[in-house]
Amino acid sequence: MAEVLVLVDHVDGEVKKVTTELLTAARRVGEPSAVWIGDGAEAAQARLAEFGAVKVYAASAELNDYVVAPKAELLAHLAREKSAAAVLVSATPENKEVAGRAAVKLGSGVLTDVVDLTADLVAEHSVFGGAVVTHARVRTGVPVVAVRPNSVPAEPAPAQAEVEQVSVELSAAATAARVVERVVQEKGARPELTEAAIVVSGGRGVGSDDFTVVENLADALGAAVGASRAAVDSGWYPNQFQVGQTGKTVSPNLYVALGISGAIQHRAGMQTSKNIVAVNKDPEAPIFELADFGVVGDLHTVAPQLTEEINKRR
Amino acid sequence: MNIVVLVKQVPDTATERKLSSDDNTLDRAASDGVINELDEYAIEEALLLKEKHGGEVTILTMGPDQATDSIRKALSMGADKAVHLVDDALHGSDALQTAYALSKALGTLEFDLVVLGSESTDARTGIVGAALAEYLGLPQLTLAGKVDVDGQAIRIQRATDYGHDVVEAQLPAVVSVVEKINEPRYPSFKLIMQAKKKPVAKLSAADAGIDTALVGLGNAATETVDFAPAPPRAAGTVIKDEGDGGVKAADFLAEKKFV
Repeated sequence: MAEVLVLVDHVDGEVKKVTTELLTAARRVGEPSAVWIGDGAEAAQARLAEFGAVKVYAASAELNDYVVAPKAELLAHLAREKSAAAVLVSATPENKEVAGRAAVKLGSGVLTDVVDLTADLVAEHSVFGGAVVTHARVRTGVPVVAVRPNSVPAEPAPAQAEVEQVSVELSAAATAARVVERVVQEKGARPELTEAAIVVSGGRGVGSDDFTVVENLADALGAAVGASRAAVDSGWYPNQFQVGQTGKTVSPNLYVALGISGAIQHRAGMQTSKNIVAVNKDPEAPIFELADFGVVGDLHTVAPQLTEEINKRR
Repeated sequence: MNIVVLVKQVPDTATERKLSSDDNTLDRAASDGVINELDEYAIEEALLLKEKHGGEVTILTMGPDQATDSIRKALSMGADKAVHLVDDALHGSDALQTAYALSKALGTLEFDLVVLGSESTDARTGIVGAALAEYLGLPQLTLAGKVDVDGQAIRIQRATDYGHDVVEAQLPAVVSVVEKINEPRYPSFKLIMQAKKKPVAKLSAADAGIDTALVGLGNAATETVDFAPAPPRAAGTVIKDEGDGGVKAADFLAEKKFV
């Protein structure tokens, strides 16, 4: 069976959930081979094998010293050498760029923000703020596919994985943009926004930079916190938490919108969420068209009550 | 310092956007064309760099004839001139073909820096900047939240999941900017009047040296097989808070096994 390369996302040696989703999708197409960049491949081998990886290609952490291009060169090199059937990456901003450059190198095509993938590599997309579903495929070369987190449910399929050290000779162009410093912003205990199974977002209705009401509900649910553009533009919550057209795209199992009207700008970033709960004062708010469950009311009374109720039922 | 800003005309996100059933491409007649919102940040950043370091700002747009509206808007913000890459052969090009075509058009211009928005609000692939750097063999300085130029050295803050990376390179380079890098200016009446007289050069595929066997819908490495309106979400339950809205919401979450 043909190999399908899966670029592993990992933080502090831990395999991210999206990678287990990609491995699951890769099994539909062929035999998954995980591509690990940096240290820790040996330790993560078991976790990758649990989701069906039969190989783990481990490459030097040096590739992370430059922007995007070295990763693309590695993937293109491996895709050629292993005659891979496809290359899968997570649809994060960085990995989409890796996918784009790898596809240029391979003379193939790239599909981004894919929400589902068939065995014969037909990819489903949700476009125009979720209003239209399209199917697309790559017709030239090795398909490079960026799959959105939380799109393909991860299912274990234990295999035996062997680790193979790989290297690639980097071109001068690939080392032209050097990362000289990494600035890690303070990160709480909450899950990462794009990966989270549950997201609780606050909008204009929150009314101030005191997001406690949103954060408390998020913490009760073990959720990530998001914010609408209105809230971010007002300076109430940091930019990196913005969900929407010009912010992050999330697709969690549960999305709770507090005081968010649901303008197209916002819907574009959350419309593929599996379950949507909305609380808004305005019964005409478009968010209620999407909501599986909506409460017309003041979030400042409804959300604390919901938080208390959840904590009580635990 | 000469800067080229890439500007794309996109359908207004406030209108209903459609695909054309003839060839599964964007139906540009169905909605009003506007300048891609993120490109306004790119134009602003280029103007700020020009104010600091001198030089010229050139707008480069690939798109059909109607895209001249967006070019005028970009010029009215203060850019000096524009190049409009327009050719029927380019219709239906995907993101990588677009990057290829733009790289060829850039080959006809002299520049120290290419600046673009981090993605377009229609296709939202977010890969044109990276692919362009690949085609041009130039440093990729994408997703920039801050840009500083000092002589031939350029340094940006690249937005990442965990915060940002500080990235350094030498000019010429490709920079894409994220929202919040700046506050795009509004065109003044004076600039709007001036923009009407600013030069807009038309460039055909042949002028740019684009191999037309590599661009356009028929030659794309990707194809859209079909499209359909998303199935409507099953109508949900909306209740009015009568003092127990939170409890009822908790009941819903319990029913769905989130609690």
